[in-house]
Amino acid sequence: MRGDARVERVAVVAIDVRVLLERCPASLYSHLVTRPTGRAVRTAIEAQLAQRTTTLLSLIDFSDVAVVDFSCADEVVAKLIGRSLEQDRPGNALFVFRGLGAAHREPIEAALLRRSLLTVVEGGGGRCELLGDWTPDEDHVWSVLEARGRIRRGEVQEVLPGRRHRKTLDALVMRGVVLRAPAEGYCALSALISRPDA
Amino acid sequence: MKVIDLPGSLDFQSYDTLLAEASRVDSGKVLFNGRHLRWVGPGGMVNLLAAGSVVRDRTGELPYLELAGVGDVKTYMSRMGFFRAAQGVFAVPSAPVRRSRGASEVLLEITPVTINSDVHKVVDRVQRRAGAILSRTLGYPPTSVVQFSVILSEVCQNIIEHAEASGWVAAQSYNWSKRLGRHVVVIAVSDLGIGFRGSLSDEHSTRFADRWGDATALEAAFIHGLTRFPDSGRGQGIQQIRKQVRRWDGLISIRSGTARIADVPGWFDAPPMQEGLAAFPGSQINIILPERVPDEG
Repeated sequence: MRGDARVERVAVVAIDVRVLLERCPASLYSHLVTRPTGRAVRTAIEAQLAQRTTTLLSLIDFSDVAVVDFSCADEVVAKLIGRSLEQDRPGNALFVFRGLGAAHREPIEAALLRRSLLTVVEGGGGRCELLGDWTPDEDHVWSVLEARGRIRRGEVQEVLPGRRHRKTLDALVMRGVVLRAPAEGYCALSALISRPDA
Repeated sequence: MKVIDLPGSLDFQSYDTLLAEASRVDSGKVLFNGRHLRWVGPGGMVNLLAAGSVVRDRTGELPYLELAGVGDVKTYMSRMGFFRAAQGVFAVPSAPVRRSRGASEVLLEITPVTINSDVHKVVDRVQRRAGAILSRTLGYPPTSVVQFSVILSEVCQNIIEHAEASGWVAAQSYNWSKRLGRHVVVIAVSDLGIGFRGSLSDEHSTRFADRWGDATALEAAFIHGLTRFPDSGRGQGIQQIRKQVRRWDGLISIRSGTARIADVPGWFDAPPMQEGLAAFPGSQINIILPERVPDEG
């Protein structure tokens, strides 16, 4: 199922968007603007993901990209996430976006809202947060998990006594912002990043 | 020979007359008489190119453009790259011999927009030049250069994605002392494409029935974010530009076909919608970003 994987089998890969942009045949420039450029960058990311058979958490780094326009935010981030949630996706892909300045976040958030999508972004100090289209319940449940790192199977009822919140936790798995490990419980994406073997 | 007189001041407020006169030309030799031109803004220049192109295409020959022999206007137009852009549009007088005193004075020269790499060039240039102007002249935060670049990227992509024809973009800052008593940055974009009605007709005209026209097409895109693409991620460019321009208390207007729609700030007086303008191909976008006043926070 979407988001299900044994935690230790989740591979973590860092992808530098600037490096992909420089390799991109559609552009000799360093800014993430225009839809063709966005498509080329997304295609390059998807090609990396397609080589993996295990669940993959991609840390997509925008640190060295100065400008991200709305078209590229849609083509790269929103479509990448949207396609990873499709039934016929090639593999199980999870994403955390990092290195986002305020000027990056705005177009990315707008693109996610437009498609009712949600993602995890890593801010200053490695602190993660949700970006995009979320409900207060989703924010609450995600924050509880984020604070704990993991909720083991046997702890779920205790940590989230409300049935609604437990359903929300599963919904967050389906939205790609939480990993569910059948034998182990639920895992925040930030906990995967900070694993010693990650 | 038909003579089209340019006004003394050719900017976003006065180019309608120019477009109207150009749209009435169907044959014969045409002279654009700019001997009385004393001031020209980015909107004036890109729309002069659009008007010349329409006349060229209708008459099958290059119209003449006459400007006062020497002077600040001609020098400024040269610095803005007008004469380079006008090759193939006008039988132009040669540009002043004197070279530009430096590109740094110009925010963005007139730049043709035809393919995606043109958008990259625009963003690249503006990233290098706009920071100082936006922060020192307009008092915007240093990060505003990114939002400014995004605005330019999206308006240029509007040409490539929707117009099905080429266009021009230009930007400049100047002291708008008479109207506003403040500095402004002006972005002007003009293309000769199918316009908003042409772009949206196939997908959306049916639902508007006999109300469909230039004004409803502009409203559909400008206010409701409709686009000809079925993809739900499309259509946000103009919405987001409007949002950012409002944050900076700016003015944005889009003229297409026979109508113009605008977000009008308190410091400017214009109707939010104008209809019954002379029909002219493509779209003409004008954005004015004013200097921040201290009490704006």
